[in-house]
Amino acid sequence: MRHQRSLAFVALAAGAMLLPEIVRAAGDMAEAAANLPPAPQPSRADYPQIGGLSARTVAWGLAQMHLFLAAFVLAVPLFAIATEFMGQVTGDRRFDDMAHEFMKITMAAYSLTALVGGSLALALFLFYPQLMGYLLQVFRGQVLIYAALFLLESVTLYIYYYSWDALRYGNRKWVHMSIGLGLNTVGLTLMFVANAWATFMMSPAGVDFTTGAVTGSVWEATRNPLWNPLNLHRFLANIAYGGAIVGGYAAYMFLAEKDPVKKAHYDWMGYTSNFIAILGFLPLPFAGYWLMAEIYAYSQQMGITAMGGILAWLFIIQAVLIGTIMLAANYYLWSGLMRTERGAAYGKYVKYIMVVILGGFLVWVTPHSLILTPQEIQYLGGTQHKLLGPLGIMPAKNTAVNLMLVFTFLSFQMFYRSSRKPTNKFADIGNGLIIALYVIGIINIVGAGIYGYITPTVYKVGASVPQVISTLTIIVGAVIIDLFRLRGAEPEKVHWGRMTERSQYALFVLPVAFTWLMGLMGYIRSSLRTNWHVYTIMKDNSPEAYIPTIGQAGNTITVITLVFMAIMVFVFWLSRLGTTRQKDPSVRETIG
Amino acid sequence: MTFLRVMVFSVLTLLAFTGFANLLPQVQSDAPSDEEAPTGAMDMPAFIAYGESLFSGAGTCTLCHNDLGRAPDLLQMDLRADFEERLADPKYGGPKDIESYIRESLVMPSAYVVPGFGKKGSNDTESPMPAANKPPIDLNDVQMDAIIAFLEDLAGYEPTVALPSGEETAPPPEPPAATADQGAPAATTAEEAIDKYFCAACHDLLGSEADLGPDLRGIGARLGEGGIMVAILDPNAEITEGYEPDIMPQDFAQQMSASELKLITDYLMNLPE
Repeated sequence: MRHQRSLAFVALAAGAMLLPEIVRAAGDMAEAAANLPPAPQPSRADYPQIGGLSARTVAWGLAQMHLFLAAFVLAVPLFAIATEFMGQVTGDRRFDDMAHEFMKITMAAYSLTALVGGSLALALFLFYPQLMGYLLQVFRGQVLIYAALFLLESVTLYIYYYSWDALRYGNRKWVHMSIGLGLNTVGLTLMFVANAWATFMMSPAGVDFTTGAVTGSVWEATRNPLWNPLNLHRFLANIAYGGAIVGGYAAYMFLAEKDPVKKAHYDWMGYTSNFIAILGFLPLPFAGYWLMAEIYAYSQQMGITAMGGILAWLFIIQAVLIGTIMLAANYYLWSGLMRTERGAAYGKYVKYIMVVILGGFLVWVTPHSLILTPQEIQYLGGTQHKLLGPLGIMPAKNTAVNLMLVFTFLSFQMFYRSSRKPTNKFADIGNGLIIALYVIGIINIVGAGIYGYITPTVYKVGASVPQVISTLTIIVGAVIIDLFRLRGAEPEKVHWGRMTERSQYALFVLPVAFTWLMGLMGYIRSSLRTNWHVYTIMKDNSPEAYIPTIGQAGNTITVITLVFMAIMVFVFWLSRLGTTRQKDPSVRETIG
Repeated sequence: MTFLRVMVFSVLTLLAFTGFANLLPQVQSDAPSDEEAPTGAMDMPAFIAYGESLFSGAGTCTLCHNDLGRAPDLLQMDLRADFEERLADPKYGGPKDIESYIRESLVMPSAYVVPGFGKKGSNDTESPMPAANKPPIDLNDVQMDAIIAFLEDLAGYEPTVALPSGEETAPPPEPPAATADQGAPAATTAEEAIDKYFCAACHDLLGSEADLGPDLRGIGARLGEGGIMVAILDPNAEITEGYEPDIMPQDFAQQMSASELKLITDYLMNLPE
């Protein structure tokens, strides 16, 4: 104890001796900042008006379109290389072919991504020259690095795609996968660089907070407080999104094809893509939670604008969209049970899973406070319904989302099991263990949810941690146990292609809902800055520096999504056209 | 054919989403007024109109003060009755005139929290509203006067604030403080004041991550405004466990101007847990 006190004293004494130095250094920095050029503060007249165009709508539309395309183009190579690796390890050629086909769709979208990205940069320099000038001042040479990375991305992408057949077997396959690894490394770095600019505008760093003068290095501005949370969120979301788009492609091809063999191929591709989309989607709420927690930590006002002000209602729309995605993905999985003979045995559980998914969706969509007339408030005795009001707060939402994720995983597990008949002795014990895992995990999720109601706010947040851990434990634990209990299992015949058309439309809901959801979240993230270009540093004095109504935003997002979906469906159509060969008329004549 | 079927399906799905978005309550904040502050003399009606534009624009007041229940809906409620009830309430210990009460609400939102509108878990002792004179809202004195004039007018009172003469665009000069650092101008924001007195060199403030002094997160709830002022002006009065006395300068009472002390205190009051 005495020793500790002596140490503390020495530390304090050293600190006290260092204090004048620290003070001088801080003084020098403040003085240096005062001599540097401040961030521009444009007035209304400084924003160019070009042909009556709405600058914000143009920038919004192009930025969102670029993001949709870029997310897809960056995500597909990630799971293409994983699928290619799977093909190499299992020796199943189908994986390799599918990975190649994934890349084929990416190639069609790549040039569009670059085109829209270039248009976006042009629009931003035209409509917001002061902001772009300031960002260039902050990020300096990084812009050139971005350009170099883009060039490298193009080179590696083209080599990766076009060398597929040339580097197909043996050691050459590993060379091919190394190129794919390089492509993904460059792609992710590109995304991280772009994320730095977007998050700098929300949580600036490396600048003087009074004047906006650039005082720090490019790296300081890059690793601003929201950079890593957004990096993780976008990384996971891109995988989910890429999976959903490719699933949409598979659904489109399934609907268009008449050949049963091709139908079977696209059914399998759709199943795999749905799996990838849900795999990326499962941890997304937790990454989103981290991002929002960091937003609150950086600026309480920004957090309140998101969750407590007018944007709060957008999270109800978010709930509707995620509920739609969950229901569609599960419906698709339940439909898939008809592919195997043993699948029907699991059909009886579907209605219970549906009750949980639907119930979770309804809890998530329940608002905390209601918009009511004075008479209604009088009748209810407040703005919250006595029974439903408690469902509007975070403990209920966290419980709902965790249960939805657990039961979506159960839908996957049912199909996986329906295609294998266990033969080893561990099967029954393993089954018992999995049931115990589900029961204990669900009790823990619900229990932590109830605890969240009776504990102060500060512990409410903490209560969500055991819920997440329970969900992940169920998923990981059940996968591991199933691997052991299905070792040496008799494979059941899976009738790929034995799916209804309805199920394919359910699969197609995923890209539509994901795209709209991304648009919505982009609108929220951007609106959090309210009337600041760079939060608390550079004001946005443009005539459109206001938060539009949810309806206006929804309409804009719908138009952008519609254009994007039209482009994607056109790409799908082109892709099918590319594989369609006209019959040789002379051959027909000969036969005739 | 498949192309058309899929497109029609996409359109219908999107219409469902956008239809739902249009069914929800619609609130829009206005674009902020172009002017930072009036550049010339104004009459009272113009000043009130300016305050109204700030209320829904640069002040971002309508983001929360609307009919969504986040904060009292000032535009719809009976403001006059509410003001008078508040000032007559013996539990309310703040200023007793409307102008000062509104000003206090703008710059020290936690001084009095309307029941039911406090931060969750704070038992209505802490307001979620940021101080209007600090970033990100960052209104200057004239702009706050304009909002006060607007709210006084809205409540049916004759506005009591002084009209701008056109010379207030710069902050009013601070009275010279009797300090050892005579040359330095008085800080006008909490961040400037914290920089000026090097608080962040020892305390983890403004992202400094310094740990020579105690962690100040949540100090507002622990000490209150008066307690914080005492801790700044007489730091040896109470020493946090684990820290030694005499490390923090003892002469802030002579160095700081009253406004700087207030800026730092307000900032610390709003530091989250």
